[in-house]
Amino acid sequence: MDLGQPQGISLSNTESIPGKRIVDFYGVVTGNTVRAKHIGRDIMAGLKNVVGGELKGYTELLQDSRTEATERMVAQAKSVGANAVVNVRFATSSISQGAAELFAYGTAVRVE
Amino acid sequence: MLELELFLNFGVPLLILLLAYFLGSYIERRHFRKIRERESALHGYPIMTFEDTPDTWRVGSSTLVSGSVVVSLDYFKRVIAGLRASVGGRIKTYEPLLDRARREALLRMAESAKGSGYDAVVNVRLETSRLANSRGNGNGTAGVEMLAFGTALKLDRK
Repeated sequence: MDLGQPQGISLSNTESIPGKRIVDFYGVVTGNTVRAKHIGRDIMAGLKNVVGGELKGYTELLQDSRTEATERMVAQAKSVGANAVVNVRFATSSISQGAAELFAYGTAVRVE
Repeated sequence: MLELELFLNFGVPLLILLLAYFLGSYIERRHFRKIRERESALHGYPIMTFEDTPDTWRVGSSTLVSGSVVVSLDYFKRVIAGLRASVGGRIKTYEPLLDRARREALLRMAESAKGSGYDAVVNVRLETSRLANSRGNGNGTAGVEMLAFGTALKLDRK
């Protein structure tokens, strides 16, 4: 899944944007989202749990959440005037039963 | 009535256990076969865990790509793993599950990068996270998420 291109900003998990030069730093930008599992998805996943394998509903749920966290990070980067975010990291933490926080963070920079 | 009660108490879980065993191992074998096919289709596509690129490469554009998958163990393997965990040692039933999930996540990332016309993926990172049970007693659905992400590069060609 392409996380960067649709949002009009360069994203990279390397320390610079390959082929470009960093001219200004704006500090750390973050984006998060907390999601709970959908009851319908949970029932399907429960059935799937008997035979094992991929739980597609959860894969999509987490992908959507990660995209949203990235979008929030990008919005923050844009608001400080950056045109790229480098060294992007993702993290997941279980907050309570059935809810998880996904967040993305990176360093907002201006590249040329 | 006694027979019915016996069947409900022991027969049904046993039946589910057997069903899970056969279906689960069939699904696993089929998945491994598909993974090997897709991996050989990607043979020669550069995927690196480091950042440096060869000096001869002229990088045009780049983007962040990711691939992820959530998987769970089948009922049979969970029972076996539970038994195994009580005596300690290597839990073999979990190993192929995590292996195939990780390779699937990597493949999804690489296929999306290749599909969008990128020539390589550098600085690939893999992350594993456990999804919490929906119920506190441990009977709820639980899964493991594998995430692969990296920076996809497009090279300038003369």
